[in-house]
Amino acid sequence: MALNPIYSRRRRKDIVIRGLCFAAAAFGVTWLALILITLLFNGLAGLNLEIFVADTPPPGSTEGGLRNAIVGSIIMTLIGVGIGAPLGLFAGTYLAEYGRNDRLTSVIRFINDILLSAPSIIIGLFIYGAVVVPMRGFSAIAGSLALAVIVIPVVLRTTEDMLLLVPNPLREAASALGLPRSLVIKRIAYRAARSGLITGVLLATARVAGETAPLLFTALSNQFFSLGLNKTMANLPVTINNFVQSPYAYWKQLAWSGALLITLTVLALNIGARIVGAERTAK
Amino acid sequence: MTDLSVSMSSNAHLASQPLPEAPAKVTVRNLNFYYGEHHALKNINLTLGANRVTAFIGPSGCGKSTLLRIFNRMYDLYPGQRATGQLMLDQTNILDPRLDLNLLRARVGMVFQKPTPFPMTIYENIAFGIRLYEKISKSEMDDRVEKALRGGALWNEVKDKLNASGLSLSGGQQQRLCIARTVAVRPEVILFDEPCSALDPISTAKVEELIQELSENYTIAIVTHNMQQAARVSDKTAFMYLGELIEFDDTSKIFTSPSDRRTQDYITGRFG
Repeated sequence: MALNPIYSRRRRKDIVIRGLCFAAAAFGVTWLALILITLLFNGLAGLNLEIFVADTPPPGSTEGGLRNAIVGSIIMTLIGVGIGAPLGLFAGTYLAEYGRNDRLTSVIRFINDILLSAPSIIIGLFIYGAVVVPMRGFSAIAGSLALAVIVIPVVLRTTEDMLLLVPNPLREAASALGLPRSLVIKRIAYRAARSGLITGVLLATARVAGETAPLLFTALSNQFFSLGLNKTMANLPVTINNFVQSPYAYWKQLAWSGALLITLTVLALNIGARIVGAERTAK
Repeated sequence: MTDLSVSMSSNAHLASQPLPEAPAKVTVRNLNFYYGEHHALKNINLTLGANRVTAFIGPSGCGKSTLLRIFNRMYDLYPGQRATGQLMLDQTNILDPRLDLNLLRARVGMVFQKPTPFPMTIYENIAFGIRLYEKISKSEMDDRVEKALRGGALWNEVKDKLNASGLSLSGGQQQRLCIARTVAVRPEVILFDEPCSALDPISTAKVEELIQELSENYTIAIVTHNMQQAARVSDKTAFMYLGELIEFDDTSKIFTSPSDRRTQDYITGRFG
């Protein structure tokens, strides 16, 4: 049976376009795969126990690990999320629950969108001016605050979006039982949106875990192990940044391993977020 | 008196003679309602008799749900909506701006169109509302939950899985859970906003039966799109059209010999 010419032309077009789409997707994924494979290859080579128990080496040394940087990153990320996530949650709650019809809400949302896409180096500079200069020195707390400023808009956005997904009849039903507004939010809306809210915090954590620029002008880095929040603190991203630019092969090796550690952490956080998110849809 | 009203109300649709007038539980006088500029309800006057089922029927947009949502001030959740006139629940002025809405809503419960179980266990769905107002022991709470679930005609179906999520129930069971939840806080009035429109016929029959049973202890108002339902469950029926109350009378009278032409047209399916 002869094919209708209009139909066969449409089919040829379909094949060509489909091929182009596939090529575009493959192009993007190829580079990502190359980056990950290179990272895995180079990072695994230097990954051993010493990385976790020894601190960053002095110049020229061929011994040492990343302990101080790993611990510093964990501390600053936790403090940053600890400060930023509640603020983001509360602000998002205001937008989605209390201020749904306010003019203020659209202003806040607009500003938050700007903050969300602001280059992180700008945030680092802001904290430099607002915290580092008045405190006369780089400090872990300044680094944590810079990370918190990045966390706020991410958590605010996901919180608002997730709360807006909670159907209104559920809120009405809770109000109809005589529940005051605060409890409707706390006991019903948060509960219904719980996995989404957790996902938002996890994604924000993943986002700041690898941030370099905001720490560069705030926490700086520290060659030694330090837990003092008012002193400079080592952290993985800045250490990687410094070591990559060094002339020492061993430092470069440490930088690769550090990069792999960050990537694996981010991967784990993203997988965690997906698992929590999947629970939501499964229910 | 109690005996009489019970037996009469459950057979209301069969009784040929009009029901004896019940004492007024809710009194509506010259009630007007506005969505911003839009005048949605115009001069409504009626009473809900104590322990009676009053049905509100009328085409979409006639204001019947709007009226129902004034009885527990649900409209207060949204800006730009306001009511004028008089609305009394016994001696309480429902429209009083200083009225504590949470206490009002504890007295006037509501069941919605779509089942709205809370995202928690079946047990917690019931206990949640009780805990808002009462501090009782675990065993007392168990009793209250069982009683409420029996009141919602759900106990036998869920007694072995009280710790399962309320969301795991079927639509009809969820709706009866919502009714049980409403009953559990011991309101005086229960509002039903199209409670069966999302349910299959069997679940609908169960809910209708339940509504009749509940009228022994509660004053009930039900908004429905289903005229047979209104005829089956209610003692009094209000027909509304374009924000006005056209006719309000005994259900048997509305469905057999309505006095207004528009009521007649609506119940015979000529519009709506």
